[in-house]
Amino acid sequence: MSPAAMVATQSMPPIPNRSTSAAGLRQKVQMHDVNFYYGAAHALKYINLTLHDKSVTAFIGPSGCGKSTLLRVLNRIYELYPGQRATGEVLVDGENILSPGLDLNLLRAKIGMVFQKPTPFPMSIRDNIAFGIRLYERLPQSELDDRIESALHRAALWDEVKDKLKQSGLSLSGGQQQRLCIARAIAVKPEILLLDEPASALDPISTQRIEELIDELKPDYCIAIVTHNMQQAARCSNFTAFMYLGELIEFDETETIFTHPKERRTEDYITGRFG
Amino acid sequence: MTPYARRRLVNAVVMALSVAATGFGLLWLALVLWTLVVEGISAITPALFSQMTPPPGNSGGLMNAIFGSIAMTLIATLIGTPTGILAGTFLAEYSRGGRFGEAVRFINDILLSAPSIIVGLFVYEIMVVPMGHFSAWAGAVALAIIVIPVVVRTTEDMLNLVPNALREAASALGAPKWKVIVTVSYRAAIQGMLTGVMLAVARIAGETAPLLFTALNNQFWSSNLNAPMANLPVVIFQFAMSPYADWQLLAWGGALLITVTVLFLNIGARLLASWSTFKP
Repeated sequence: MSPAAMVATQSMPPIPNRSTSAAGLRQKVQMHDVNFYYGAAHALKYINLTLHDKSVTAFIGPSGCGKSTLLRVLNRIYELYPGQRATGEVLVDGENILSPGLDLNLLRAKIGMVFQKPTPFPMSIRDNIAFGIRLYERLPQSELDDRIESALHRAALWDEVKDKLKQSGLSLSGGQQQRLCIARAIAVKPEILLLDEPASALDPISTQRIEELIDELKPDYCIAIVTHNMQQAARCSNFTAFMYLGELIEFDETETIFTHPKERRTEDYITGRFG
Repeated sequence: MTPYARRRLVNAVVMALSVAATGFGLLWLALVLWTLVVEGISAITPALFSQMTPPPGNSGGLMNAIFGSIAMTLIATLIGTPTGILAGTFLAEYSRGGRFGEAVRFINDILLSAPSIIVGLFVYEIMVVPMGHFSAWAGAVALAIIVIPVVVRTTEDMLNLVPNALREAASALGAPKWKVIVTVSYRAAIQGMLTGVMLAVARIAGETAPLLFTALNNQFWSSNLNAPMANLPVVIFQFAMSPYADWQLLAWGGALLITVTVLFLNIGARLLASWSTFKP
């Protein structure tokens, strides 16, 4: 059984989604009055937001505005650290993922994450991908190899590593390592992908490959990407959220945000007047 | 003098001092090794490994002491390594910032610097006295008590060096905590952890004080862990202090043997670690 199916069986029956956006996309994630605290510091303030399936949502805003924090709420990775907590409601397919009884491992298997710095595990390229698959599935060798190959294909890395799958993941270049991490994340067949500045540590060519990759993944996933690069947000997203000082200032279709922002602060930020 | 010339001069002076300090340290190490080899090499004979410790004036070897040292070091390592690694894992992975962890860390540091003779006396009180006799078990336990804090410390330090990003990445795939520790943290830290174990083994291989109170010594062959057992450090201590030339020679041979064994154990551990981990 896939991790997603396992989450589904233990969760409440999904609330039917009647509401769709103007683009006709299904709502995948709904955040209601989400607050987040690092100890006493109030990092996210009453966030209300919807992420749509099969589309890319970009989060922009100056450093420290809470973009990454918001992503870290979605898979509850913040729970690794004591003193960090979130309140409010985050519905994924109608199920509140902030509820205390939830199995975090199953949640995270359903929601993949790629970090700013590439984080290959100290093991072979093959084992890097197999790691996530083996967590929740017992596959015969041939099937496992197929899954690894298709994940590497999707991440546009296969041609570069097919002859050295047994080599260390750390032997790859930075851009390759990041694509390995994306391959690792999609190999477990998540439904949502969280990308936390996935290209900010990479050179322009690797960045372009990552952006192409995001475009290819778009039809199958609900993708949220944090970026400091305005052009990147404009190029690869359907929706854009502008955040400032822990608040969601404006959220709309990317084209609207970049051409007719409603808020003055949004306009100032994307035209480079502050931030 | 221009500022640039001055900077070059300061650089040259500091560099020279650093090299001199390094050379000074290495000189003593080289002297120790050199003396050991010169004095001890003639004692390294087949008889050293095949005969028992002799009475003065007779020919003999160190077979019983070598066996005793290996046996007790092995048992101590088998007890101390898993205990130390698990405790170090607790400190680094489970109790970050916790009060209990702080207390354990503090006590461990005290244990780390406790004089080994105290450890010997402690085991003497809790094992030798109740049992009524010296024994190899007591010796092994005393050595294990010395191993544990070293392994705890190095395990914790090495795990702390593993970037949190790696743990986050593994957790983000849905891996449970134990799996993150075993498959990712340990793998990233294995080389340092093994070095810690080797350091601990190297340390107990030459410890004399805790064994004087626990395993004592035995002139004859004994593989009974419940009885006093010969061991290299105590035999070296006894033979080196004696007025007999043949005993002194055996002591040199034993000292050389310990040193060379520890050296090869270290090289072996490094090779093992470089095979089992991937380097960037």
